[in-house]
Amino acid sequence: MAVEVIKAGGNLSPAAPAAGAAALNARIQKRLRAKGDREFVLDLQLAVPAGITILFGASGAGKTTLLDCLAGLLEPDGGRVVLNRRVLFDKVARISVPTRQRQVGYVFQDLALFPHLSVEANIRYGLAKIPVDEQRRRTAAILESLRASHLASRFPSEISGGERQRVALARALVTDPALLLLDEPLGGLDALIKSAIVDDLRAWNRAHQVAILYVTHDRGEVFALGERVLVMERGRLIAQGTPHEVLNAPRQEAVAQLAGFENIFDATVDATHEAQGTMTCRLAGTAVTLEAPLTHVAAGATVRLAVRAGDILLATSRPHDLSARNIIPGVVLSLEQRDFMITAQVDCGARFEVHLTPGARDSLQLHSGREVWLVLKTHSCQLVGPGE
Amino acid sequence: MDWQAFLLTVKLAVLVTGILLLLGLPIAYWITYSRRRWKFLVEAVVAMPLVLPPTVLGFYILLALGSKSPVGRWWESLTGHTLAFTFEALVIGSVIYSLPFTVQPLAAAFSTVDCKFVAASATLGASRLRTFLRIILPLSVSGLMTAMALTFAHTMGEFGVVLMVGGNIPGVTRTVSIDIYDQVQATNYASANQTSLVLLAISFVALSLVYALNRRVWALWPWR
Repeated sequence: MAVEVIKAGGNLSPAAPAAGAAALNARIQKRLRAKGDREFVLDLQLAVPAGITILFGASGAGKTTLLDCLAGLLEPDGGRVVLNRRVLFDKVARISVPTRQRQVGYVFQDLALFPHLSVEANIRYGLAKIPVDEQRRRTAAILESLRASHLASRFPSEISGGERQRVALARALVTDPALLLLDEPLGGLDALIKSAIVDDLRAWNRAHQVAILYVTHDRGEVFALGERVLVMERGRLIAQGTPHEVLNAPRQEAVAQLAGFENIFDATVDATHEAQGTMTCRLAGTAVTLEAPLTHVAAGATVRLAVRAGDILLATSRPHDLSARNIIPGVVLSLEQRDFMITAQVDCGARFEVHLTPGARDSLQLHSGREVWLVLKTHSCQLVGPGE
Repeated sequence: MDWQAFLLTVKLAVLVTGILLLLGLPIAYWITYSRRRWKFLVEAVVAMPLVLPPTVLGFYILLALGSKSPVGRWWESLTGHTLAFTFEALVIGSVIYSLPFTVQPLAAAFSTVDCKFVAASATLGASRLRTFLRIILPLSVSGLMTAMALTFAHTMGEFGVVLMVGGNIPGVTRTVSIDIYDQVQATNYASANQTSLVLLAISFVALSLVYALNRRVWALWPWR
C-alpha cells in the first residue's frame, strides 16, 4: 500500500486500498462558526474498510466534528454518507437518517456514561428493543469479553478511569454497531491497560468485522494500533497509508510536524549523486549542507527537509570512519531538561534541536557554549515537500 | 381558623401542581431544546405572570372566561353554568399565574443536563421520549422537586388573581389568603394571625425543601 499525498484543497480518492470494499464511504462538507471570527470548514472524502483505521491529527483538526457528522449528531452542509450500502446522509436526495437509526456505536471522548445508571443498566440501555432475557445474556457476555463482569452492579462514579473506558466500550459494542467511532477512548491510560483494552477490541472485531474509526492525537498510539492511518489537518485529509509510511517518511510538512519532526528546513538542492543515491542540499541562508536520500528533483530546486531531534547524534570531537554522511560542526546554545529528556539547541549556522538522555549529557560534559559535531544518517533527512 | 378555606386551598394547590407538571414538562423541554427563532417570545409569555400585577392578569382571565367570550360560552353550553367565579375558573387562573414557577426551574434543570448524555442516548438507539424519560428527567430530579414545591407554595399563597376570577364564595372560591384579608377587614386579628402562621409555615417548609434538595452534597437525604 502506497502513501497517498493529497495536495491542499484536494481529496483522497475514495477507493480503499488492499482491504477490499470499504464499509464506510463518506463525503462531508461542514462549515462551523468557531469561537471568535475564525470559521472552520470540514471538507473531505474518505473510505474506511473493516478493521481499525486511525484518524490522526492535532487538536482542532476537526476529528470530532467528522465523527459527529458520521453519527448524525451534526448535519453536514453537503455530501453523502454510505455505510454498508445504506445511505445515511445525502444532501442532494435530502436523506438524513436520525442518529438513533444509524447503528453507529460512539464512544465519546469523555465517555458520557449515564451517572444515574449502574454499569449493567448503562450497557442494557441500548438493548431496549430485545427481550429482557436476551438483554441480560448479551450484557453479561460483553462484560465478560471485556473482563469487566465484576463491575456490573457498580455506578460510573465508583469505578476507575480504565474501568469506565471498558464500560463505555462495552456499551457501544453490545448494540452490534455497523460502524464504531472511538474518540480518543483510551486517553490518559497507561500503556499496559491501553494495550489490554485494544487487544479485547481486536478480538471482538475479529468476529464482527466492522469499520472502526479511532481518533487520536498521540503518535505512539498510531504505531501501536494502526494498520491504516488517515491524517487530518484543518478540516481536510492530508495523507493516508500505514503508520510507518505516513509518519516515518512524511511527505508533507504538516504531517512531519504532527509526527514529531522537530527540525524542518527550507533547502536548495546543490547537486544530485545518482550513483550514491543521495543529493546535497544546502539549508536556506546558510553554508550548512545535508546529504539527503535522492528523489526526483533537479539540482537548483528548493525543497523542505525534516529531521527528528531524536535521530541526531552528538559528538564532542570530530568523528571518523562512520557510515553517516552528515557530520556538522556547531555550538551548543542551550540545554533544557524535561522529565528524562534533554533538549539541546545547537547552532551550526542553522539551528538544530537535538534530544538526548541526561546520561549522554553528563558523559559528554555538555554545557552551553561547548563545541560539538552533529551526526546524521542520510535517511534521517526526510523530504517533506517543495520549499518556498 | 377557617378549615374549609384551608382544605379548599390545599385542593387547589395540589390540582394546579399536577396540571402544571403535565403542561410544564413539555413546555420546559421545548424551551430547552428548540432552536426556533421565536423561542424568546414563548419564554416571555411564560414569564409574564412574574411581572404582571395579579389584578391585570386576573382581569384578562376574567374577560376570557366570562359569558361573552368564546371560552365562556363553550363552557356554558357544556355545563349549563358560567365559568367565572367558580372553582374551575380558580384552577385555570392559578395554572396561568403559576406557570413560570413550574417551567423555569424545569427548563433550568434540563439545560444543565450534559448534551453528551443526550447524544449518547441517541447513538444507543433511544427515541426522544425514551431519552427524556430515562436520561433527562432522572438527571433533573432536583429541578422537578423545586418546580413542584415552588408551584405548590405559590398557589397556596396567591391572592389577586383568585379574588379577580373567583371572588369570595365560601367553600367554592374562598382560599386562605382571601380568608385572611376578610378577617383583617373584620378586625378579627387573632384568627388572621393563626391562618397567616400556617401559610408562613407551609412556605418555609416548601422553600427549605427546595434548597435542601438542591444541595448536591446531600444527594437526596441529609443523613445518607
